Amino acid sequence: MKRNLSLLICGFAFLSFSCDAQENGPKIQSPSTIDYTYEVVTDSIDIPWGLTFLNDNELLVTEKAGILYRVVDGIKTEVQGLPPVYVRGQGGLLDIAVAPNYNETGLIYFTTSSPLGEEKGGHTALYSTQLEENQLVNTQLLYKGDYNTKKGQHWGSRISFDNQGHLYFSIGDRGNREVNPQDITRDGGKIYRLNLDGSIPEDNPFVDNDNNRKAIYSYGHRNPQGMITHPESGKIWVHEHGPRGGDEINVIEAGKNYGWPIITYGINYSGTPITDITKKEGLVQPLYYWLPSIAPSGMAFSTSDIYPNWKGDLFVGSLKFEYLERLEIKNNQVIKREKVLDSIGRVRNVEQGPDGYLYVGVEGKGILKIVPKS
Amino acid sequence: MRLLYSFLITAFSITSFNIYQQKPLEQSIADGKEIYADFCLQCHMAKGEGVKAAFPPLAKSDYLNDIDQSIHAIKYGLKGPIKVNGVSYNGNMISQGLDEEEIADVMNYILNSWGNSSTVIITEEKVASIKK
Repeated sequence: MKRNLSLLICGFAFLSFSCDAQENGPKIQSPSTIDYTYEVVTDSIDIPWGLTFLNDNELLVTEKAGILYRVVDGIKTEVQGLPPVYVRGQGGLLDIAVAPNYNETGLIYFTTSSPLGEEKGGHTALYSTQLEENQLVNTQLLYKGDYNTKKGQHWGSRISFDNQGHLYFSIGDRGNREVNPQDITRDGGKIYRLNLDGSIPEDNPFVDNDNNRKAIYSYGHRNPQGMITHPESGKIWVHEHGPRGGDEINVIEAGKNYGWPIITYGINYSGTPITDITKKEGLVQPLYYWLPSIAPSGMAFSTSDIYPNWKGDLFVGSLKFEYLERLEIKNNQVIKREKVLDSIGRVRNVEQGPDGYLYVGVEGKGILKIVPKS
Repeated sequence: MRLLYSFLITAFSITSFNIYQQKPLEQSIADGKEIYADFCLQCHMAKGEGVKAAFPPLAKSDYLNDIDQSIHAIKYGLKGPIKVNGVSYNGNMISQGLDEEEIADVMNYILNSWGNSSTVIITEEKVASIKK
């Protein structure tokens, strides 16, 4: 009701800046003591979108403009053999992730904005590939969203895995919120689930109707750019960009509708309301929503003993406020929010490495590694 | 009758030729408004006001006095320190992947919105002539 009222006031006032309602708690804090610092793993990357680890010393980094780097002991080399990348608006080369059984299969998955297809424009595609020296080989298209559009917004995309041999990835609403997110016969605004070979799991929630996009696992999403498997529950946690206000953290359940754009805690960039409701029966409420928006990108849990005070905490990059956010979560409630690496730059990604350290992708900088002060 | 036909055909082809050659400014501005909403608004904001200390304004912006550098920035991206209306910015605007017609349209929209006005009409050819 409070929110409804403030929307109403906004509508009347037509103010574009003072409109955003009060910060949704808990309030973001600065740490009282900082007992960590960072090292630069590799520098000079404009937009380090995705990051995955081949082993403790080798990583793959995607650059949005359509470059894949292999980084060995801090030295980066360009990898050849990418399929066509459609660089437009927020789109380009997106996430990358090694398979859970990488040591046996050598499989690597990545998502990209792709121009493939009949129509002009592009949509998000998922590929599997393997790496030989600095060359991609056996690259296979596993999924391609359609229908293409020339819109620049909301491609997603992040990749994660559960412990039962499934791959999950996201596609944003592709700038067509009125049509895509609530229509399970179309792509966009969805979390997808596939088997590791790209086939569709028989127990996916929407396989019973041939008109449906059978890879869909959940729908009603806006633009999910963070996804991580919870280290204990094994559930897929996702965050998504809301409009102005209303970025969300959601725990993904099969077949559920997460509400965009029927319900949202956000408003249009212009300050006008999108909907007057934030809750509705049958639509899942977020675990948490950010108001104001932090523009979240990248998501990781810290599970190692390297940062004893952070064990079990969730880390999310903020593009807008240029910090890494640490969230303490208890019984599915966010109980504390803290800035890590304040004013570091636009944080595009965060991952926990196989060595237990947190690695952070920062725009214009590269990949940073958070190290405790000794 | 035949005369009428050939007259019609001629009239039609002249019209379509003209449309091809030069999109009317009003249409270009209207198309540019859509491009702006899709690709620019999130940072430069709905009224071209920008965001303090982060994204420079486009409304009444002295940066736009140099048309070529403005087109260059949209076409190829813009990185590093600049000064707009006396205020320093040091950001990174990446190329949005717009084609030449779209860049002309969004330039015409920007040059004729939020208190900006321009006697110059940006054409596709003009955008094509701006080299890296």
